[in-house]
Amino acid sequence: MRHNEAEQMSEDDGRQQSPPSDLEFTSNKARNCIATGSGSGHPELQSQYPDQVLENVLENVLHFLISRQDRNAASLVCKAWYRVEALTRSELFIGNCYSVAPGRATARFTRVRALHLKGKPRFADFNLMPLNWGAHFNPWVLAMAKAYPWLEKVYLKRMFVTDYDLGTLAESFSGFKELVLVCCDGFGTSGLSIFVTKCRQLRVLDLIESEVTDDETDWISSFPDGESHLESLIFDCVECPINFDALERLVARSPSLKKLRLNRYVSIGQLYRLLTRAPQLTHLGTGSFSPSEVAGQADQEPDYATAFAACRSLVCLSGFREIIPDYLHAIYPVCANLTSLNFSYANITAEQLKPIISNCPKLQVFWVLDSICDEGLQAVAATCKELRELRVFPVDAREDSDGPVSEVGLQAISEGCRKLQSILYFCQRMTNAAVVAMSENCPDLVVFRLCIMGRHRPDSVTGEPMDDGFGAIVMNCKKLTRLAVSGLLTDKAFDYIGKYGKLVRTLSVAFAGNSDMGLKYVLEGCPQLQKLEIRDSPFGDAALRSGLHHYYNMRFLWMSSCKLTHQGCREIARAMPRLVVEVIRSADEEEMDDLVQTLYMYRSLEGPRLDAPKFVTIL
Amino acid sequence: MEVGLKMGKGGGDHVCGCEKVKMGFEETELRLGLPGGGGGEGEAIRKRFFSETVDLKLNLSSKESSGINPNEEKVKGLRQEKSLLPCANDPAKPPAKAQVVGWPPVRSFRKNMLATQKSGSEESTEKASGNSAALVKVSMDGAPYLRKVDLRMCNSYQELSDALAKMFSSFTIGNCGSQGMRDFMNESKLMDLLNGSDYVPTYEDRDGDWMLVGDVPWEMFVESCKRLRIMKGTEAIGLAPRAMEKCKNRS
Repeated sequence: MRHNEAEQMSEDDGRQQSPPSDLEFTSNKARNCIATGSGSGHPELQSQYPDQVLENVLENVLHFLISRQDRNAASLVCKAWYRVEALTRSELFIGNCYSVAPGRATARFTRVRALHLKGKPRFADFNLMPLNWGAHFNPWVLAMAKAYPWLEKVYLKRMFVTDYDLGTLAESFSGFKELVLVCCDGFGTSGLSIFVTKCRQLRVLDLIESEVTDDETDWISSFPDGESHLESLIFDCVECPINFDALERLVARSPSLKKLRLNRYVSIGQLYRLLTRAPQLTHLGTGSFSPSEVAGQADQEPDYATAFAACRSLVCLSGFREIIPDYLHAIYPVCANLTSLNFSYANITAEQLKPIISNCPKLQVFWVLDSICDEGLQAVAATCKELRELRVFPVDAREDSDGPVSEVGLQAISEGCRKLQSILYFCQRMTNAAVVAMSENCPDLVVFRLCIMGRHRPDSVTGEPMDDGFGAIVMNCKKLTRLAVSGLLTDKAFDYIGKYGKLVRTLSVAFAGNSDMGLKYVLEGCPQLQKLEIRDSPFGDAALRSGLHHYYNMRFLWMSSCKLTHQGCREIARAMPRLVVEVIRSADEEEMDDLVQTLYMYRSLEGPRLDAPKFVTIL
Repeated sequence: MEVGLKMGKGGGDHVCGCEKVKMGFEETELRLGLPGGGGGEGEAIRKRFFSETVDLKLNLSSKESSGINPNEEKVKGLRQEKSLLPCANDPAKPPAKAQVVGWPPVRSFRKNMLATQKSGSEESTEKASGNSAALVKVSMDGAPYLRKVDLRMCNSYQELSDALAKMFSSFTIGNCGSQGMRDFMNESKLMDLLNGSDYVPTYEDRDGDWMLVGDVPWEMFVESCKRLRIMKGTEAIGLAPRAMEKCKNRS
């Protein structure tokens, strides 16, 4: 699955059944595997070149091992396997850039072609982490420039990437092919320009939900002349105008281009021109989906529907950044084949949605705004029987706004979309009954994220806490690995999660729970827990202590505005030397009392990082 | 509809990229320059301008912060504000219930982007007329850049006044506070105001006349206002007599 598709689908990683290799770099098992061989081979051959033969065989076999979990397990068998696995790993995944130093990673894995690196924790997206916290790409790109001159692919999430880093990337790797930046920042259009100029083999440039500074550099014109190898160009998050003529020429000379996601500075008229040049597209982000000026109404407008109809391979549609609903009909010709539709920037009503959605029976992924109301969701439920992933975003993301979607919409979806695997649902009101219904109707749920926007809001019909609803989810959805809870929740909800959420790997908690018991239930009950992010919940030092047995198995723990003290955090740091315990202050906050504003802790082989800013204290 | 968010394309789908930006195409873009003048004062200033825009929008004391990214808002979303400042959505303005940082967990760029869009049904009816009246340039005497404000996003002079104050908060705006606008309706207070304040908001109406803001009922103002200029009080005195006449005529 391509990375951007992976973002469209659940953000969850693959299974992680075995302990991660980043803490077990040296194998404890020094057995000689050959001595215990089956005896089927020639004794002479075995005794003369046992290691050689084995290693050759292993190398050939291990090349087929793709999944990093399997590779991690293989590397623990014995030293020989460890060595050979390290030689044959071509894609390196590092879930926390501070868990291991670049030098250590490049020393162990010497033939890496693709790097997948993640930096800041997710709550940083919501302004809960001061800027300049870290996650610098720079040391990584410098280390790789020396170690992997053949590097082809870099995928970064929540990293700080500078223009200089982009330049280094382009200059150091002559065969570089793919760059995917998700939720990154620190660079601008000048960096893009340099990168694109020097990267002659570029196939993929995907900028997804990243922040790109407008240096007013025309980066589109910087793509080299001549036929380009571009297969994917995604820049819908780039918030500055682009040179359209240069883009049109680029698209015209990119015969392999399959994915193109435009930013909102591209009008529908310009989109038309691009579509006529690239009917082979499979993934399209439409840009603004409105005309460049209002006065153009009277002019002859092209037949947009025909342009779309020519795109017979189109399966994924997004964009609609400034949609004028009158133009929606243009996409009818492609609806029948659509598997993914992203309307999450399109402020449309149920009436406007219905004619579209009723023609999309193959839809598997649907992102939308709550402007479609419960009625719109009912329409989705009626047609989209193959739906796997649904995300409903709020038009008005405030606590006290009107809620156009509610338990009614959720119930309808649960009844109509039985194959649902992943849901993210923002609403203002919800009932336990609807959540229970979903748990029963959609047993395949892997990701359940419900955000009742009013803090501490109970069941809107019964007035009860939302404990039973989430309890039913963990009880009935046996495949659940990711859960985000909200609304009024007591410790009972966490008791349920601890008892039944045995596969839960990512848990997101906000404004929930009564006492330390809540967190204890989770830390003691969920063996697969990897990522735990908690804010504004009454969990204190005692609860923190109850997870000591598990923290080395986790990628990170985030707790902000809870009831932790410096002393409590210090105890953890003392008890667990391989854990980096960061206490983060808000940049201009004064130390009011002993309570810790934000605790962010993670396992690491390197100890305290050297690039921590002033507002971070490492205990 | 916020067509103004895009580059002014001057009739058709030709080059809308950086060449135009550098040449200082003005209509719908935020331009650097003295009020009434052209843009194009050079890239360095444009960049600084952007930082300052961001700082102003936030109304934070973050002038000392090193990057262009202040603490409380991601620049992502703020870039929207480059050409459009919706008054009603100003996050610094306290709403009915105190908003909590980072809640609901919607990324800033999504929050701000959606907030500036209007609902689809309004779009199609307002398409022809809505835009030109709503988005107006705001210049302030002595300020190095222009801003734009969407009058339709404000519901009253008070909201407009707040928005302007925030936009240009680094400069003294004098008595253009909560009472400022309304005082223009009152003749005696009007003269006190003009004599006392440093700056006074004025606007150019459809006839090309420069009027004091607050002369007419809000709805009429939105329809007739073509551009705003915050001028020094001393210069605005010349406009006062006309305003007073209108007051008299009305009462």
